[in-house]
Parts: sequence; structure tokens; C-alpha cells
Amino acid sequence: MQTILSIAIDAFAYGMALFIICIGLSLTMGLMRVVNLAHGAFAMIAGYIASYAARDLGLGYAVAIFLAIIGTVIISIPIERLLYRRIYGKPELIQVLMTIGITFCVIGITNYFFGPTLKTIPLPGSLSQPVDIGFKTIAAHRLFVMACGGVVAGGLWFLIERTDFGIKLRATVDNAAMADALGVRTQVVYAISFAIAIGLAALGGVVGAEFLPIEPYYALRYMVTFLVVVSVGGAGSIPGAVVACLLLGAVDTTGRYLMPEFGNFFFYAAVIAIVCVFPRGFFGRAQ
Amino acid sequence: MKASKGILGAAIGALLLGSVSAYADTIKVGIIGPFSGPFALQGKNFQAGVEAYMALNGKSVKGHDIEVIYRDLPAANPAQSRALAQELVVKEKVQYLGGVYFTPDAMAITPLLKQANTPLVIFNAATSAIMTQSPLVVRTSFTTAQTTSPLGKIATERGVKKVISAVSDYGPGVDAEAAFKKAFEAAGGQVVEAIRMPLNTNDFSPIMQRVRDSGAEAVFAFLPSGPTTLGFVKAYNETGLKQAGIKFFAPGDLTQESDLPALGDGAVGLLTTFHYAVSHDSPENKKFVEAATKAVGGAEQLSFPSVGAYDGMHVIYKMIEATDGKQDAQKAVDAVKGLSWTSPRGPVSIDAETRHITENIYLREVVKGPDGKTFNKEIQTFPNQKDPGLATQ
Repeated sequence: MQTILSIAIDAFAYGMALFIICIGLSLTMGLMRVVNLAHGAFAMIAGYIASYAARDLGLGYAVAIFLAIIGTVIISIPIERLLYRRIYGKPELIQVLMTIGITFCVIGITNYFFGPTLKTIPLPGSLSQPVDIGFKTIAAHRLFVMACGGVVAGGLWFLIERTDFGIKLRATVDNAAMADALGVRTQVVYAISFAIAIGLAALGGVVGAEFLPIEPYYALRYMVTFLVVVSVGGAGSIPGAVVACLLLGAVDTTGRYLMPEFGNFFFYAAVIAIVCVFPRGFFGRAQ
Repeated sequence: MKASKGILGAAIGALLLGSVSAYADTIKVGIIGPFSGPFALQGKNFQAGVEAYMALNGKSVKGHDIEVIYRDLPAANPAQSRALAQELVVKEKVQYLGGVYFTPDAMAITPLLKQANTPLVIFNAATSAIMTQSPLVVRTSFTTAQTTSPLGKIATERGVKKVISAVSDYGPGVDAEAAFKKAFEAAGGQVVEAIRMPLNTNDFSPIMQRVRDSGAEAVFAFLPSGPTTLGFVKAYNETGLKQAGIKFFAPGDLTQESDLPALGDGAVGLLTTFHYAVSHDSPENKKFVEAATKAVGGAEQLSFPSVGAYDGMHVIYKMIEATDGKQDAQKAVDAVKGLSWTSPRGPVSIDAETRHITENIYLREVVKGPDGKTFNKEIQTFPNQKDPGLATQ
């Protein structure tokens, strides 16, 4: 029983870390219809900024997270203006080629300037200690990740379902031309959603760095995992992403405990089974 | 038209011949390594070792100038490795090949050596079997079996009877698992469980849960350096295994100097065995570290491949000395069989039979220095270790 509970907690923490990183990608793919393979690259940029702020400048963890999100969004603005605007509504192949190109550029640049070594983001003392939660010792940081995941999920749901902006966003997604004709400034809506998606990538990159360490090849290393989570959950669906992350996190963690030799077998077997039954993911909308 | 073409060809040929004889006194050495890509740091260390050696020992041997040509092989790729070696031999006319980070790349080059009349001095690639592929291979690095085997004795000496081994599921990991098991069981211990973890594992807490449930007193680990090692060590600390008193043994790949800053305080107390620590206390190493740090561009980037390259260059220099600049691979290799010298890592020699380096293996503990940085401190020496993988064959 104790073992089962331990694994459940580990799975939940891992799933939530995945969720924070992937939900931004789910938004870009589902709402903006851009296959953004460079999503991980933005998460990594945020990781570098946070690492620089916390380790080299000695700023606090909260400040580092804040700076990382702001910094990454600022960096993404010219990229959105000059590159992403050209591929909105274009065929997927063009989007894939463009964004994978951006990914390789970012890898090259970070490798050149920061070197190939790992960058860590020092945690404050309160988060780095193991905490005894009765049946198991767990890093305080993992509890923090779970809380972050909950806040992000709730906040996004509120934004999309309950605010004016959410209404405009959904209208733009359903029919951009009609929304435009009705006076919704779709360019602005796109720009803001893009910024939100990048901001979420940044947050995920920083708080998830304990699971997925920051290094130049981050974007490529975890690209498949991110894409799988989004396609299983259904692009653009928040509940879908939550369910996908928790389920895949659970399958992965349990599989690794029971039979580590089989590696990713359980993970991908689950993905295949889910996609067979739900070709658009759990909560994917028909297109 | 035809005649003029022929004359032109002859003229170019003459020019080429002329240029060859004019530079005949330059001996070229081709170095293959990962100078870009995810393993660029290791390639950089190759280059730092070579440059440090040439800075300290001059750029010529017996009046022959030495020119080093680097070729980039970013990741393990046997076909490309072979092509690069061929190009170096045929086009650049190198007399010596050196470097090579990954085993499959070395394996792909060995069939060329005899015909090319070129020795290969391996700076890193650490699988025992490479040495048996060609009599023209000499190695100045280590093998996983060589660095791992002393751990068996160390563990039992520290009162550990039951160990769980957890290795990454790839060649070197499996080698390490086998080498440790053999050494530990010979010393009277028992490996209660052997876990092989997939290379792309991100979250190691389930593995730690398994370690805890197995009832072992220590965990033996082998993972490639980089994100996986970091995740593994973090999980070991965070899941309370360290507080529970479960010991941690590993070969030194896990705590290589360039990874220590990222591992941080979590690495303090880890016990690893390896052939070289940057902190090794000797005048030779002091000189080496100074020169290599200058070449690599930062103290925290210096790590073990640099010393393999440094000693590799020493061997190549000795080969050039023995052959007096003439291309004779067999004579060159014969000349360094049994060669012994004092390397930055301590006393070493080339085993006459296996052509693999015989060296001291050190037990090191990660400790915090007075400047707050962690480093590998050598606390025990196992002198003159040969490669057990080759000895048994």
C-alpha cells in the first residue's frame, strides 16, 4: 500500500510538471493551429534566464521565475512578428519546417554562448528539502510543482471560458474571417495567445527543470514527449491535457517501477491504445 | 588541345609533387572527435589535451614538425568515422590517427589501419574489445571494467554485503554492471537485483523506490554523463535514500569535473573510482592542468578526456621519435609497447601484450573545497591496474 501511494505521488508530480510545459503547446496547436516544434526551445530559453538570474546574479527563485517568463516573452515578440505570422494558417508541413529550423537555431546559439554543460536553477532552501508526508519522503519542490499545475489549469480554464478575451479567442479559433468581420482584432488575439503560450512554456521550463534539466538539446530531447502529450489530450483542450499528463505520467512511472527494462514500452503502448480509441485525443475537437 | 591538356596536367602534377617534397618534413596527425553537438565538451577536452602537450613539449620531434588536423564527428556514427579516417589518410596523408570518443567509431576505423600503414591511438573509446580488432591500436584512456572493478573490494571493505545495481541500458552500462558484479561477488558480496534503466528516463523516483524496496545497503550506478546523471543523483538525495544510509558507488564518469557544478552539494559524499581526477596532487598534473585550462578556456570545463589526449600525444611523439619521421606503423607501435612514463594521472605504462594503458585507479570522494566548490578528492589508490576485460580473453 505504501509503495502504491509513493508511486501515485511520484506519478502525479511528474504528470503535473509535464502539464505545465505542454499546455502552452496544446494552446498553440489547438487554438492557433500552429504546430510549434520550437515550444521546448522557449522553455529552455526561460531555463537559461532563470539559471542566470538565480545562480549568477544571486536573485531569489520567485524573481528568477518572473524574469524568465517576462524575458522569454520579450524574446518571442520579434520572432512572432517576423517568423510566426508568416505561417499562421499555412499547411502543417511548412509550419513544421519553420519551427524545427527555429529550434536548431536556438540550440546552436545557446550551445555557442552558454556551452554544452547543464545549467541548474538553484532552489530556495524551503523547496530543496525533503519533506516527510507520513508514508514517504518527497522533495518539497515536487509539492510546489503540483500546486503550480493546479493553478495553471484553473487559471487557464477561467481565462478561456469565463472572460471577454476567452470569448474572442474562441470566436477567432472557430472562424477567424467571421470574427474579424464582427470587429474582433484577430491579430491582437493571436499575439496575446502566443504570448500566453510562450509564458506557460517559460514557467514550465523553469519549474520543471528538476525533472527535465536545462541544456542546449532540451528542445529536441523532449520534443516527442511534448507532442505525444498534446495529441493524446487533444490539442487545445485543458481538461484533455490534464488527463493526458496524469495518465501518461502514471503509466510511465508505474512501468518504470515494475519493469524498468521495458523502458518506454508501456508509455508508447498506452499512447497507441488511446489514439486508436480517440483519434483526436481525449477531448480533441473535430476540425 | 589534347596535347596542351596533357602538358597542363603534367605541370600541375609537378607542382603537387614539388609541394609534397617541400613539406615532407611536416608529419601530420589526424584527430577525430566530437567537436560540435551534444558531446562538444569532450571534443574540446581532446583538443585541450593535445594543445597542452604541444605547448609543454614543443611542436617538433627530432627536427620533424608536427601538424595536427582535427575532424569533427558529433555523435557515434561508424560510417562517417570510417569516411573521415579515409579522408585523413588518403587526402591529408596523415601518418598517425588519434582521438575517437565512441567505441563504434573506433571499431569502424580499425580495418583500415593495416592498409593505410597508420597506427591509431585511442584517446577515449572505452570498450575492451577494440584492442583485439587490430595490432596497430594503442589506447591511453581506460575501460569501464578497469575503473569499475576496484569498487567490489571497496564496497565489502565498507561493510556492504548486499548491493542493487542500476545502470543505463546501453553498452557501457551493461559492461559496468557485469564488471561490478564479478568484482563484488569475488569479494564476497551479493548483487540482490540488477536494474537496467532506459537511456531516456527523466524521472528516477520510481527507480529509487525500487532501490529502497530491495533492502540493499548500497546502490551501484552507471549512467552517461549529462541530464540523466543529474536526475539520478537528485532523485537519490530527494527520496531520502541518502538519509536512510544507503551508500552510493559508481565509476568516475558520473562525477566528472565538468558535471560537478550542476550536481552541486547533492554530490557531496558520493564515492567513485576512476583513473584521473583534475585535483590529482603531483607536479606533472599541476603543469598539465595549467596548460590545459588555458587551452580549454575555463577551469570548470576541464575533464578526463583531456588527459587521455595528452598521454595519447605523448605516445604519438614517442612513435615519431622511434621511426624518425618515416611511415612505418608496425615499428611505431612496437616502439611504444612497454613504454612507461609519469602522466598527469600518475605512473602509467603501455601493456606490451594488449597495447592498453596500465594505470592507477583511485577511489575518490566528492568533497566541498574551501572555495565552496565541490571536487573529487582521491582517498585511496589501487596501483597498476590492467584492463580485466582484456586479461580474461
